[in-house]
Amino acid sequence: MNSLAEPRKWERFFWPLLASGLLLALWHFSVIWTATKVFPSPPEVEKGLAELLRHHVLWGDIRDSLRRVVYGFGAAALLGIPLGLTLGWYPAVNQVVNPVMQILRPISPIAWIPVAIIFFGVGDKASIFLIFFGSFFPIVVACINGVSNVPSVYRRSGRNFGLTPPQLLARVVFPAALPQILVGLRIALGIAWLVVVAAEMIAVDSGLGYLVIDSRNSGKRYDLVVAAILLIGVIGLILDFGFRRLEKIRSVRWGFRNEF
Amino acid sequence: MALLKESVVAPAPKTKLSVEKVGMTFKRDGKSTPVLENINLEVADGEFVCLLGPSGCGKTTLLNAMAGFLSPTSGRIQVDNEAVNGPDPRRIFVFQERGVFPWLTVEGNIGFGLFKLSRAERQQRIDHYIKMVGLQGFEKAYPPELSGGMKQRLEVARALAVNPDMLFLDEPFGALDSITRLVMRGELLRIWEAERKTIIFVTHDIDEAVQLADRVVVMSARPATIQQIVNIDIPHPRDISSTRYLELRDGIFKQIGLAHKI
Repeated sequence: MNSLAEPRKWERFFWPLLASGLLLALWHFSVIWTATKVFPSPPEVEKGLAELLRHHVLWGDIRDSLRRVVYGFGAAALLGIPLGLTLGWYPAVNQVVNPVMQILRPISPIAWIPVAIIFFGVGDKASIFLIFFGSFFPIVVACINGVSNVPSVYRRSGRNFGLTPPQLLARVVFPAALPQILVGLRIALGIAWLVVVAAEMIAVDSGLGYLVIDSRNSGKRYDLVVAAILLIGVIGLILDFGFRRLEKIRSVRWGFRNEF
Repeated sequence: MALLKESVVAPAPKTKLSVEKVGMTFKRDGKSTPVLENINLEVADGEFVCLLGPSGCGKTTLLNAMAGFLSPTSGRIQVDNEAVNGPDPRRIFVFQERGVFPWLTVEGNIGFGLFKLSRAERQQRIDHYIKMVGLQGFEKAYPPELSGGMKQRLEVARALAVNPDMLFLDEPFGALDSITRLVMRGELLRIWEAERKTIIFVTHDIDEAVQLADRVVVMSARPATIQQIVNIDIPHPRDISSTRYLELRDGIFKQIGLAHKI
């Protein structure tokens, strides 16, 4: 097999599985060799996971975390996309708003936790606000860039066919910017998943983040901690994978590399 | 006798486009660069005119001004005795193949400008032009799946579908390989003969101009002026090894100041 050939089907699954297996083995034997009393080995984590499932708390926590992400991320997309399109469409307005946005943008959403608690108290609203805040700016920025990167040939073609400015925005600029907007949404979804865990460690008493911190606080159950951490990783992966499916839609596929 | 009779009966060709004393100066970094100088041109209804000149001479600028995307610094441009002030669906500009929308199918692209028609009418027009440019079987295909020549035909079909009076073509075949380019010239002539749109065609290819146009407008280097307007009095289909063809072509070669040897 040369390096240009497509990997064979079994190889596409075999090598990643082997790598994961080796990592698990390394983890397992490191726990044995160091004789640590604190950090759990893979079988202990598995037992922990089973215990969580048995007590039925796990599904509730997953549901709570996902619900917060859906609300926070959904609100950010609903407000961020129109705002970003508008700012990209009117560069003059963008110049006015840009400095404020550039200052707010690099602030970690975690820094807003105390502020969120003052405004919303400890509860759902605070964590949803934090997720909203974390995913809002990447979406807005992606939309602004998407709109301003639309090739002028497309705009000119649209104008040539007699489109009014609103039609031009809806029928030319938005579809032309959509691949870039999707990239922004995907980044924002990743951030939302990072933020929900952090927010749940402090601002609420349910969800996967809460599960992590609660397992540690109530009896140093590190098997449960690690089980929850792994679960967070897996769900994050599923979210990202699901979102990437959108990139395969035929009307946006042209905007992604390696598609043709 | 027959000739005389014809000249009495046939009405004088109507002027479609008139360019009067047009000048264009671009200002950048406080420096002004004259691009067009004193351009005068009249184009008749249904005529095929090529603007020919060296790269960067300002042909495209003139075409943009005619299409309403740029306004000239001086002089005036009129279509049907009306001043041009902005792009108009009656006059469609075709960009190489870069202007097709990659997020729409072949059908979607051709139907793009037909939003004012009813669904049935729109579909009828789409079918008609898909057939005309030979894209049957690719109705649901997206532009990235098409070859360069097919995309080019798609953009021409999209332009024709709105039934414009005029087409502006900016080096439309410049990005195609030489075989496809020849085929496309034949296609364009066939379509032009069927629809008789007024066509302004920008090119820097002397052969292309002489093969296609009724008249070739030879432009100088920047600031562009019209050096000469050459009537190509060979009927279509043109024999590109005939003495008249070679005579006209060599005349333009000399006019541009190129030695005809390599």
